[in-house]
Amino acid sequence: MTAADQTQSPLETGPRLRGLRRFVHHHPSLVTMPALLAVFLGVTVAIHPGYDSFDAQSLAMGAMPLAFAAAAQAVVLISGGIDLSVGSMIAVCNVLAATTMENATFGESLLFAAGICVVGALLGAVNGLVVVFSRVPDVVVTLTTGFIWGGVALLILERPGGGAPQEFIQLGAGFLVSPWISGSLVLVAAAVAIIWIPVQRGRLGLLLYAVGSDKASAFRSGVNVELTRFLAYVLGGLFSAVGGIGLVMTTGIGSPLAGVYYTLSGLAAAVLGGVSLTGGRGGIVGPVLAAYVLTLIPADLIFLNIDPNFGQVIQGTLIVLVVMGGGLVELLQRRKK
Amino acid sequence: MSATADPVPAKERAWRRSAGRALNLLRRHTTAALFVLLVCFVGGIEMIVPGTVTPTWISNIVLFAAPLGILAAGQTLVMLSGGIDLSVASVATASAYLMATHSSLGGVACVLWGLSVGLGVGLINGIGVAVLQVQPLVMTLGTGLMTQGTLIVYSQKMLSNAPRVPSFIQSLGSGKVLGGIPIDLILWAPIALVVVIGLRRTGFGRLLYAVGDNREACQLSGVRVWQVLLTDYVLCGLLAAVAGLVIVGGTNAADMSLAEVYLLPSVAAVIIGGTSIFGGRGGYAGSIVGALILTVLNSLLTLLDAPEPIRQILYGTIILILAAAYTRLTD
Repeated sequence: MTAADQTQSPLETGPRLRGLRRFVHHHPSLVTMPALLAVFLGVTVAIHPGYDSFDAQSLAMGAMPLAFAAAAQAVVLISGGIDLSVGSMIAVCNVLAATTMENATFGESLLFAAGICVVGALLGAVNGLVVVFSRVPDVVVTLTTGFIWGGVALLILERPGGGAPQEFIQLGAGFLVSPWISGSLVLVAAAVAIIWIPVQRGRLGLLLYAVGSDKASAFRSGVNVELTRFLAYVLGGLFSAVGGIGLVMTTGIGSPLAGVYYTLSGLAAAVLGGVSLTGGRGGIVGPVLAAYVLTLIPADLIFLNIDPNFGQVIQGTLIVLVVMGGGLVELLQRRKK
Repeated sequence: MSATADPVPAKERAWRRSAGRALNLLRRHTTAALFVLLVCFVGGIEMIVPGTVTPTWISNIVLFAAPLGILAAGQTLVMLSGGIDLSVASVATASAYLMATHSSLGGVACVLWGLSVGLGVGLINGIGVAVLQVQPLVMTLGTGLMTQGTLIVYSQKMLSNAPRVPSFIQSLGSGKVLGGIPIDLILWAPIALVVVIGLRRTGFGRLLYAVGDNREACQLSGVRVWQVLLTDYVLCGLLAAVAGLVIVGGTNAADMSLAEVYLLPSVAAVIIGGTSIFGGRGGYAGSIVGALILTVLNSLLTLLDAPEPIRQILYGTIILILAAAYTRLTD
């Protein structure tokens, strides 16, 4: 080992390659997801040669809320839980934003946005508290709270409506420097960087992964399992809130019934993006990229003149095939042993 | 320490002892406890709005509870094995729609078309969960999306074949015979009997509990776990398809979101009924009472004339409280 290191060190390529291999091994989704996205983008450009910055921008805008839904789901999944109320939290924050900002100035809207992030974190906190203290399985708790949040969203805004000041919408709908770098793309990158990177690099990230991979071991090592699970739900709520605000930017209105779509597709994106449902594995970048892939599918179908309703069929089939493929690989590996 | 220095007075001690005994009794007879709760709910309704609880009201409750009860039967079977089926609502909707668009083929044929959805999706779920060992939650979520999407595409391609609910399905979902016995009870009761007895007395039933309790131990003792699970998910799919037919008989209109509202109650009825989501514990008798409780609760909220959002919030909160109380009681 050391001898080999010494002989190879002048070349410098050996360790670096090994590092790369280790990176691929530890973060498979960081390699496969960009590859899949590149393939889908390539296919899109191939079937629609006129693909320009406008199309790229509409893709970035359309995928933004889903990207946040995927991120919200990913955090909770990593901690070993599941949150089937992500979509409804997005809906609550979305209608809150659309009703409060309707007649507000740009500055006030920014303040409201910050307030809505707090509300989202609170919704997540309620989820977390109920999951931790009631001991009811998380699937059941969040399925039910999702139903409740859906009612709350309808209570705030009965039918799609409301709005936000144009400058605020331009934060997501506009672009930065070049028309290829749309505001929504920057927002997703910024939110992930601001919320997730400090968490992942810090103590909480370690705890999240530890609790997600094995609650009992984490508990025996002195980890406060309940607090960690609670904080995962709070982070999930926070990401959902950003998603709800993003939805106002992309649609310009509040839609109280947006929930169902984002719960299911967000979970789909998280699973596609390499987050394990048993917890402790995966990251956030994979799911976010998967959200763009899932948004590209219906767009491609439109370019191909196929009924975009096939999009849902393909999304569902894609999830089923991916998870079944994963199961098949494991099955074959076990056979080999 | 002498008895006189005891800080707890004798009276309170006796009360505590009897309360503890009552709790133990509840723990042992959970279904009976649920039934008491159901009676309390009905009594509460009678107190809030006197004169509501009549034989007609009770027969209506059973009429509305039957489709939920049939859905919950499938969900119970799947949860006992340690799984969950989130595709039941989509399957029920698709089954109802397919039946309605093939109604011109005649009674038996159109029902078979509906049931074929349950068989197909159940098979896919079963292969994924049993053979490829995919997490049931993701698997059924994916197949649910697939079914819903396929149904939307299908409905647009089949504009010429407008959905029409045949009259015998209508009477199945909304009719009553012999002075108030709902016709869907005549379908539900045998299903319930078969499921309750099947779970207790047949080898398949015992295997479901065993697989839910410890899959590896079953595998090691020679059980063909994949066959058990595959059968389980196919049964759940078929039951969901049957429930879809009953639901569409009640509403008399096959639309794309027909059974969506039944997804949460189908899971909640089983959980409230005392079946563990981790498998191996519970039974269908509890789910039946759970379905009845949820239906009574729904009727109460209708009586109170609460607007839809408030109803949704109250319904969810009560489900959560019931589930939490139940988990506390049995843990």
